[in-house]
Amino acid sequence: MYAYDQYDQQMVDARVAEFRDQALRRLEGKLSEDQFKPLRLMNGLYLQLHAYMLRVAIPYGTLSGAQMHTLADIAEKYDRGYGHFTTRQNIQYNWIKLEDAADILADLAKVEMHAIQTSGNCIRNISSDHFAGAAADEVVDPRPYAELLRQWSSFHPEFSYLPRKFKIAVIASEQDRAAMRLHDIGINIVRNSDGELGAAFYVGGGMGRTPMIAPQIRDFVPLDQLVTYAEACLRVYNRYGRRDNKYKARIKILVHELGAEEYTRQVEEEFQHLLDSGVEPPFAELERIRTFFADPAYDEAAPDDIDRSDPDFALWVDRNTVAHKQDGYVSAVISLKPVGGIPGDATAAQMRVMADLATSYSFDELRVMHTQNVVLPHVRRADLHAVWTALDEAGLGSPNLDTIEDIIACPGLDYCSLANARSIPVAQKIAQRFAETKKTATLGQLKLKISGCINACGHHHAGHIGILGVDRKGVENYQLSLGGSEAEDVSLAKITGPGFDEDGIVDAVETVTSVYEREREGEERFLDTYRRIGMGPFKEALYG
Amino acid sequence: MVDQTPPAEGRGPDTGPESETMLRYRKDDPVAHAAVTVDAFLDQSNAAAVRVEPGDDARELIPHLERLDLVEVNFPSFGDGRGYSSARILREAGYAGELRAVGDVLVDQLAYMRRCGFDAFDPDAPLDAEDVEAAFARWPEVYQSAADARTPIWAKRHA
Repeated sequence: MYAYDQYDQQMVDARVAEFRDQALRRLEGKLSEDQFKPLRLMNGLYLQLHAYMLRVAIPYGTLSGAQMHTLADIAEKYDRGYGHFTTRQNIQYNWIKLEDAADILADLAKVEMHAIQTSGNCIRNISSDHFAGAAADEVVDPRPYAELLRQWSSFHPEFSYLPRKFKIAVIASEQDRAAMRLHDIGINIVRNSDGELGAAFYVGGGMGRTPMIAPQIRDFVPLDQLVTYAEACLRVYNRYGRRDNKYKARIKILVHELGAEEYTRQVEEEFQHLLDSGVEPPFAELERIRTFFADPAYDEAAPDDIDRSDPDFALWVDRNTVAHKQDGYVSAVISLKPVGGIPGDATAAQMRVMADLATSYSFDELRVMHTQNVVLPHVRRADLHAVWTALDEAGLGSPNLDTIEDIIACPGLDYCSLANARSIPVAQKIAQRFAETKKTATLGQLKLKISGCINACGHHHAGHIGILGVDRKGVENYQLSLGGSEAEDVSLAKITGPGFDEDGIVDAVETVTSVYEREREGEERFLDTYRRIGMGPFKEALYG
Repeated sequence: MVDQTPPAEGRGPDTGPESETMLRYRKDDPVAHAAVTVDAFLDQSNAAAVRVEPGDDARELIPHLERLDLVEVNFPSFGDGRGYSSARILREAGYAGELRAVGDVLVDQLAYMRRCGFDAFDPDAPLDAEDVEAAFARWPEVYQSAADARTPIWAKRHA
């Protein structure tokens, strides 16, 4: 894992002092709420329906046992004993007092954490593949590049008042586990025919009210020009992104209105200007960062065989563990989706269990997934039974990775001031329905995502089944969509037709899964069947 | 050359004569004449001061940098960050005259503005001198190379 040196530590400490000063000036009346708002947002502090919400950055989703312990402590000391893991691999606390915020940031800084740029119109926390460094299929660990860009984007003097928020994802494998092409900038680290590493840039993707898949604008940026190229992409956006309408201010609109070709031309022109400007860190800096992400000291003799005599354990192994590049190891996914629970929530006690398991069994490392689960990235297969036993005791043993119970849901109208409808109760009802009917197992991989408003924080555009909550004449109404994917086969879901009420949407989801069960061929996933047969049969079953 | 010494190292601002609220971090005297619009500047052969609005393309000034003594960059609203790019573009092109941020210039943006090459500030509302000093002293280090003379962290790591 990356470890701070004195410079990194000075920067987060300075940020804590700055925020303490800003909060004080707000209380003294030197700052108006309008002036304070962007400053607190850039420190992750939102005003929600009932209280302040603080979003803590977990860069590229990687954290240590000690860091997870601090997150648990914060949940107990300053919140109501739990936290919510988010689709940007962060954690947020929903019941924060403004007067505690600076103290929380100070607690975080002690374990090399912060809330820098987790909100606001700036470059946000950079996300990555949650199996980075462990995945059997990766070209290289993408996190050193994410860390290089984290430092570049932190307190960037030119790009802190962008037209709108800006999200970057970095991956390095053909399989996309980070929704890379649904980001403002998606970077895929690739190897060219000469065996050299470089970065493919995709710009102008996003969800929200106008979902778009990012086009590739450059297939190979040499690694010693990575920061310069990102700077060029951002400068064109900062200068020409729309500022007249916040709903058209994301870079996807600029790329769409200019056309990918013209946007690319402008970026390349800016890139030429910047090449000699000295913004690129030396290659030695990238090499320094890489040393922190070296493989842990694997047990080369770790056995592959495990005792599968306990069927509950065997089911969890089959569902929640993923192939590892090292023989005898797997990545084990801790589901934060117990049936009837709140997707992504974990109590302080559960965080401590996860932290201790990471320390004992996963080289002290954890990952947060954008699907709101947590990973123990490097677990010996021989240790899985001990890990599962501890998880199960803590209510963390749900064997439902990538099933219809593994729902992404935004906080919705239960917390969020932007929401039009509740997301959490809908997620709970759907999970309960499929758990009761035991259809979860037979449906296989089925990614269901729920957003409580058009801003799409619950990624509904990218769900195999997507649900969007809207307000229709004061009543919550849920639109159903099908066929989205955030993976390497990226696609945007299409709306089936008129929406449903809260109970109706649960029935509607069951109806479309029945169509799938009737129509599927061979090993097809729900998504494959939908793509083959189209919307017709689903519409017929829903509205016919 | 532009004086890029950060005020954190002990130099206070020289308050210019024409404005109560002006902060300057230059040794030369302030330019007396008023700034004209970019369009007017490009039409006039003798103007030496220009005012860049957020929608203007600062690159249009690059062929004429030799005759410019003052570029004002207007921030009608502090949340509109286009002026930061305008400033860096002019400094990257070698502009060494006064680069003045005007308009809704607030204390919490000063440090970033200075990093982008501004060396004078004429805010709509006066700034508290202590707050200004604190803002410039806030950041012991910087992560990026920008338009000021500060050494980025990566350069110190590999010095």
